[in-house]
Amino acid sequence: MNKANSKLPQRIFQEVKEWSWLIPSLAGVLVFYVIPFCVVIYYSVLDNPIFKRFVGLNNFLSLFKNESFLTACKNTAIFTVIAVPLSVVLALFIAMALEAKIPGKSLIRTCFLCPMMVPIASVVLVWQVIFHMHGSLNQFIGMFGAQPVDWLKSSWSYMVLTIMFLWKTLGYNMILFMSALGGIPKDILEVASLEGASPAYTFFHIKLRYLSPTILFVTILSVMSSFKMFREVYLLTGDYPSPNVYLLQHFMNNTFNSLDYQKLSSAAVLLAVLMAVIMGVLFFLERKLGEDVEE
Amino acid sequence: MTKYFANRSKRKNAAEIALFVAAILAAILFILPTILTISNSFMSKTEINANYGAMISNAQQSGSMWGSGVQEESKQRIFISKDLNLKLIPDMVSFKQYITVLFMSPEYLLKFWNSVILTVPITVFQILLAAVTSYGFSRYKGKARAVIFFVYVILMLMPYQVTLVPNFMVSKWLNILETRWAIILPGIFSPFSIYLLTKTMRRIPTALYEAAKLDGCNEVQIFLHIVMPLTKNAMLSVGLLVFIDNWNMVEQPLILLKKQEMYPLSVLLSQINSGDVELAFAVAVIYMVPALLLFLYGEEYLLEGVSYSGGVKG
Repeated sequence: MNKANSKLPQRIFQEVKEWSWLIPSLAGVLVFYVIPFCVVIYYSVLDNPIFKRFVGLNNFLSLFKNESFLTACKNTAIFTVIAVPLSVVLALFIAMALEAKIPGKSLIRTCFLCPMMVPIASVVLVWQVIFHMHGSLNQFIGMFGAQPVDWLKSSWSYMVLTIMFLWKTLGYNMILFMSALGGIPKDILEVASLEGASPAYTFFHIKLRYLSPTILFVTILSVMSSFKMFREVYLLTGDYPSPNVYLLQHFMNNTFNSLDYQKLSSAAVLLAVLMAVIMGVLFFLERKLGEDVEE
Repeated sequence: MTKYFANRSKRKNAAEIALFVAAILAAILFILPTILTISNSFMSKTEINANYGAMISNAQQSGSMWGSGVQEESKQRIFISKDLNLKLIPDMVSFKQYITVLFMSPEYLLKFWNSVILTVPITVFQILLAAVTSYGFSRYKGKARAVIFFVYVILMLMPYQVTLVPNFMVSKWLNILETRWAIILPGIFSPFSIYLLTKTMRRIPTALYEAAKLDGCNEVQIFLHIVMPLTKNAMLSVGLLVFIDNWNMVEQPLILLKKQEMYPLSVLLSQINSGDVELAFAVAVIYMVPALLLFLYGEEYLLEGVSYSGGVKG
């Protein structure tokens, strides 16, 4: 009894000590992100910020009938679903290809990494010249007799967006995979090749297992950068681009500018819920896949 | 038998050469837009206008001028300004644009400075705060901390537009709207670097902490003398990522700052196209320089990525 009592303050002290590392950040995140976000949730179920009448899920329902919201959702979803896996798979592929002995490897690596560090606003000019109606790409395909395409305003704009995304993200993703590939224990690979395992078997049953935390990590970072592609689109085409690249971020920016807080709040809440679900699934998958590989 | 091996190594050589060529080509493709921006910045006003005139007039007249059939069909070079000519090497190297940007119009340098005073504090303080926080996340386990960490990851993944309303409201409450603090403070508390650094610190073996404890280190000493040095490279690498991310900022100033003279160069560059196109490339290069210098200086840290690189294997 006595003993337990004397231990209690000690335990509290220990808890305080452990949490004190997190307090500065927690305070900032609460003030700047979490508490305001709760207010956003509160706004999303009101009919307007002045009368504050509770309307339940009405805002969400009307959002689902909103034409431009649905377009924005569709575009963002298609872009993310195509571009992110493509970037992850291609980066892994290049990383494995560069494992071979190639002269000038570090220079090649630098070239791949460079786009990541070049400010978007700087290269946007070049993208514009390339993908313009009378730009370089149309001149190039014109040499083969093809009709010019309005890359930025037709359904091709997805492709343009994907290319810019790959250009930016492949380098860093590749680096992450390279260092993960280097971390796979050599003896396991040696045993596998001695036992006569095919490269495909080694890849799917050994490498992929060890890579799974990195794959999740790279996927998370790529999803994040895919959302940041809005900057490129914005710098290229402004507030109202063609309907093909009208992204969720455009929708939210424009609703913000028109001061429609209800619409904006409910869209923000929906997106947050969706992200939480996707992340939950990804973390679950990582735990399942990486179970028997100690990190 | 020997023949078989010779053949095999020949085939292997061929594959390696093909791979090498492919890698070189890809590398050139990746570096080309950057090179083009730099080389175009040395073109004179007349050359830029001749090459990119169509883009400017299109931007101003929304393309109606060039829509007529006759001009559309003829693919000759007579209409100099119709096609955009992306050229690698300028006809004549000119430094006039640089002189204009650097010495004649203070506007650009001012905007450059705006970028600096927004980006540098965010980067430095975000990393320092992240180091402390990540230590808290990686050193101690527990359900509550795991949940909070998950929330941080979700916050990190949110597009800026989701946190835009919260950001706007808080700046209003704190009375910092339309000052730089409205951008800097939320930037410092952004969870991005915490996520990366926690991943790195979790790889430090617990045995190291135990040993340090036995030697009489307290937690602060462990953090300062063991964790910080071990993760220094990761911190620099994350710092580079944070820097470039904020150097690129577009959304925050547009919404949180109303005064044009406080805008960073990234926003200005997006609006430059219609006016002084001949300056645009020069400004773009000047804007690129700090990022590229940091990159060349810190590339090895980036290469290490966020992998933990201590003397002790986990």
